[in-house]
Amino acid sequence: MSSRLLNRIGLFFAALVFVSPAILFFLWMISLSLKFEIDNGAYPPILIPEHLAWSNYAKVFEENNFLLYLWNSVLVTGTATLLALLIGVPAGYGIARLKAERSAVVIMIARMTPGLSYLIPLFLLFQWVGILGTLWPQIIIHLVVTVPIVVWVMIGYFETTPMELEEAANIDGASSWQVFRLVALPIAKPGIVVAFILSVIFSWNNFVFGVVLASRETRTLPVAVYNMLSYEQVSWGPLAAAALVVTLPVLVLTMFAQRQIVAGLTAGAVKGG
Amino acid sequence: MSATTPERTGVTTQAIEGSQTIRLAPNYWPFVVPALVVVGAVIVFPWAFTLWMSVNRWTLGQSRSFAGMENYLRLAYDQRFWESLLHTLSYTFLSVAAPMLLGTIAALIFDARFPLRGLLRGVFVMPMMATPVAVALVWTMMFHPQLGVLNYLLSLVGIPAQEWIFNANTVIPSLVAVETWQWTPLVMLIVLGGLASVPREPFESAEIDGANAWQQFRYLTLPMIAPFLMIAVIIRTIDALKSFDIIYAMTQGGPGTASETINIYLYNTAFSYYDIGYGSAMAVVFFIVIVALSFILLMLRQRSQWIGVEGK
Repeated sequence: MSSRLLNRIGLFFAALVFVSPAILFFLWMISLSLKFEIDNGAYPPILIPEHLAWSNYAKVFEENNFLLYLWNSVLVTGTATLLALLIGVPAGYGIARLKAERSAVVIMIARMTPGLSYLIPLFLLFQWVGILGTLWPQIIIHLVVTVPIVVWVMIGYFETTPMELEEAANIDGASSWQVFRLVALPIAKPGIVVAFILSVIFSWNNFVFGVVLASRETRTLPVAVYNMLSYEQVSWGPLAAAALVVTLPVLVLTMFAQRQIVAGLTAGAVKGG
Repeated sequence: MSATTPERTGVTTQAIEGSQTIRLAPNYWPFVVPALVVVGAVIVFPWAFTLWMSVNRWTLGQSRSFAGMENYLRLAYDQRFWESLLHTLSYTFLSVAAPMLLGTIAALIFDARFPLRGLLRGVFVMPMMATPVAVALVWTMMFHPQLGVLNYLLSLVGIPAQEWIFNANTVIPSLVAVETWQWTPLVMLIVLGGLASVPREPFESAEIDGANAWQQFRYLTLPMIAPFLMIAVIIRTIDALKSFDIIYAMTQGGPGTASETINIYLYNTAFSYYDIGYGSAMAVVFFIVIVALSFILLMLRQRSQWIGVEGK
C-alpha cells in the first residue's frame, strides 16, 4: 500500500517536471508585466518586485489605441466564427450523413496549405473589390481557419449521434430540414460548443492574415502587439502587459473549457490523419 | 443563404396506388452547398489563382506578362530559396522529433493516476492555446543575452551565457525550443488518446509471463499506439513546415537569413518586394513539398497499422 502511494507521489513529481516550463513561463510573463523598468533591467532577475507596476496595464490602454484593437479582434473573431457555425454545422451534418469522405479530404488539404498562399490571391481580390480599409478582408480570410475547424469537428460529432430518431422523424413525414433542425441539432449541442471554442481560439490567435491585411485602424490584437514590439517602444513592462492582455481571454477559455478542447482536438487530430 | 436552401428539398414522398408510399432517401446535399460555395471562394479559388500567377511575371504596381515556367526555373537557381528549404527541413525535423519524444513520455505519465492530475494536465495544455505572438514576445525577452532570465538560470548551473536567437548558429534550435514548448501538449493529447484505447488483458498475461516494464512497453504498448504516434508525426510535420508566427515575430528570418524558412522567404518576396509572380511559384513548390511529405508519412502510417486499434 505504501509503495503504491510512493509510486503516485513519484508520478506527480515526474508530471511536475513536464509542466514546469509552462508554469515558469506564465509566472515570468506575469512578473514582467508587473515590474517597473528598473526591476525588469535588474541582474540577477527579480521574480516578485517590491513595488507592483499596475501602471503598465494602464499604459497599454492609454497609449496604443488598444480598446479599438480589442474591439476589432472581437468583431473579426466573432463574425468569422458565427459565419463558420452557420454554414459549417449543416455542412458537417450533410457530409456525415452522405458519408462523403472525399469532401473531407478537401478540408484536410486546406489544413496543409500554408496561410500565406491564400493571402496573395485574396489580397489582390480585396484590393480589386476595394474593401481593403475595412474589417471585411480579415473576416473573410479568417473563414479559411474557422470553416474547416467547424466542419471537421461537426463531421466527427454527427457520425457518433444515433440515426434512429432521425429515421423515425423521417418516416413521420418531416422534411430533411426539419429533421436537422428539430432532431439532429439539439443532440449536437456539445459538438457545436467544441467547434465554437476551437474556432474562437484559432481565429483570435491568428497573426499572419492581420499582418498583411490590417491597416492602422483595422489591426487586431496580435498585430497590435507585434507592432509595439517592432516600432513603438522597447520597455518590457508594458510589452509584457500587452502580451498578457492579448492571450488572457484564450487562456481563461482554455481553463474553463479544458475538457471540450481536449475532446475536440484529439477527435480532430485522430480523424485528421 | 444557408438557412433557406435546405428547405426546398427534403424527403420527397410520392403517393403511389393510394395507401402505398415510397420514400426517397433524404437529400443531404443542400446542407453542404453553402459550405462548398465558401470553400470554393476562399480556398479553391486562391489555389487556382496562385497557379495562374505563378506562370506570370508580375510585380505589384507594374504590368503583368506571361512568363511560362520562368519563375520555377528562377527558383531552381535561387541560392536563397535552397537555403530557406534547408532551414525549413532542419527546423521541421527538430520540431517533430523533440515534441514527439517529450510528448510520448508525458502521455505515459499522464495515463497513470496521481494527485492533481487534472489540474496539471490543464496547465500543461495552456501553451498550445496561448496566442503565438504573445508567446514569441515573452520568449524574446527571456532569450535576451544580458537581461534574459534564461542566461541567468544557466549561470546558476555553471553554463556560460548563450546568444540564443541573436546568433546564426543557435537561432534555429532556440526557435525549435519555443515550438517544442508550445506543441508538446498536442502530441501528449493524441498519444494519451491512443493509450486510452489499449486493452488491459495482454498486459495481465505478460505480467504472468514475467515481462518487465520496459518489455511491456516495447512489445505491447508501443505497437498498439503506433498508429497514434504516426498521426501525431503527420500533424506535427504539417504544422512545423507551415510555422510562421513564432519565427516572424521573433527573428523575421534573422540574424541575416539564418532562420529564414520558405514561409518567411515567401512572405518577404510577396509582401516586402511585391514580386507576386515569383512568390506564387514559391507557394506552389512549398505546397508540393508539404503534400509530398504528408503523403510519404501517410504511406508509412498504412504500414504501421496494428490490430483493432485503428478504425474506432
